[in-house]
Amino acid sequence: MGKLKLALYWAGACGGCDVSVLDTNERILKIAELADLLLWPIALDFKYHHIEALPDEHIDVCLFNGAIRNSENEHLAKLLRQKSKVMVAYGSCAHLGGIPGLANFSTRRDILHHVYMDSASTVNPGGTVPLEKTALPIGDLELPKFHYEVHSLDQVVPVDYYLPGCPPAVDQVWAAIEAIATDKLPAAGSVVGADQVALCDKCTRKKSEKRIKEFKSIAQVIPDPEICFLEQGIVCCGPATRAGCGAPCINANMPCRGCYGPAPDVPDMGGKLLSAIASVIDSDDPAEIDRIVAQIEDPAGTFYRFSLPSSLLSGTQQKEAA
Amino acid sequence: MSFEPKIVGILCNWCSYTGADLAGTARIQYAPNVRVVRVMCSGRVDPSFVLKALQCGADGVLIAGCHLGDCHYQSGNYKTMRRFALMKRVLAQLGVEPDRVRLEWVSASEGERWAAVVNDMTEKVRALGPFTSGDGNNALGA
Repeated sequence: MGKLKLALYWAGACGGCDVSVLDTNERILKIAELADLLLWPIALDFKYHHIEALPDEHIDVCLFNGAIRNSENEHLAKLLRQKSKVMVAYGSCAHLGGIPGLANFSTRRDILHHVYMDSASTVNPGGTVPLEKTALPIGDLELPKFHYEVHSLDQVVPVDYYLPGCPPAVDQVWAAIEAIATDKLPAAGSVVGADQVALCDKCTRKKSEKRIKEFKSIAQVIPDPEICFLEQGIVCCGPATRAGCGAPCINANMPCRGCYGPAPDVPDMGGKLLSAIASVIDSDDPAEIDRIVAQIEDPAGTFYRFSLPSSLLSGTQQKEAA
Repeated sequence: MSFEPKIVGILCNWCSYTGADLAGTARIQYAPNVRVVRVMCSGRVDPSFVLKALQCGADGVLIAGCHLGDCHYQSGNYKTMRRFALMKRVLAQLGVEPDRVRLEWVSASEGERWAAVVNDMTEKVRALGPFTSGDGNNALGA
């Protein structure tokens, strides 16, 4: 096998995934040694037509980060799928929809209205909104189409491997790149660079019986660094989240946010998390139970923080009238 | 054709399933819209079951278990009640109308009550119309 041909792409995401590749620090030089980079918009100057000109399956591995938010993301996902032998959904957004996927709680119309008309920081007296096509004397200017819903990468093109995390842990990125370079990849469709158990299995905090009368926001308390967050009444996504991150949040005294996605064999992360969280409520009185669950702010946003587009109901029930 | 709601019923073995059976043996006439799944305890009902039923085309989900204090396993239905309280909030955020998912306590002797619950729920779901699930594979730019 010659030098690995690698492409990295950034779709609907914050850019943290690209930074996580750079966070391999001096090992980035090893990556450059192992691989020829054919596309990496954040670091190198390539044009999309360079990719279009490549023969099909010319790229060995494409690390695709970001959700599919607009028609440009979709076009590049399809193009890179066509040109790549192995497609890796890199990071939470490509894997599950990620934080941008929370937009599926709102309609496209509401999002555009809020951003361009309504938000506290918007000053737009002319009511200017972006158009897909604008006719100017120099010719038509085009912008990508903003889709009605956010999708994960595998809802748009077939994906071979998933590398979870927001962003993926640096050591796991390195392990995955080495596995790819040495052709030691597991069965197609696997989640790579992560464990086969829930984060609670790996968590070193003290755990005993969980009985909660009050849920607290992490902003209201300084948690005990030794004891399970749930036992302190702080919602932690550990029970339903796949381990493999190395628990940097837990070690920094912050509860798990769930970025590594559902633990193995969990079909719907939010459903499983709500089941786990509700089970620790210590009350048999319906009115008191209602009062306790009301203390959890934005439960759907918390339990589906990274996985709404790939969840069973996709969060898209509040459909925009056509 | 008029809309007939499809409702998935998840019933505990000890009380509600027996209660529904009693409604049958007593030849009570009631809406035929509930498809019954028997579980050993309403505490077995993972919220994912409800989400999956809705995703697969159910217009409503009815969970039924023993009255509080009567659980065959002592505390199963209390766990159901806690999960249901939180699930109601999550379903509301997901855009599922409250009348589509319901928790009821029906004992083994309450065949009449079972029939009344099913009739009432069927009419409420009929009024809401079919549930349309976003399956994540809708046309991107639809």
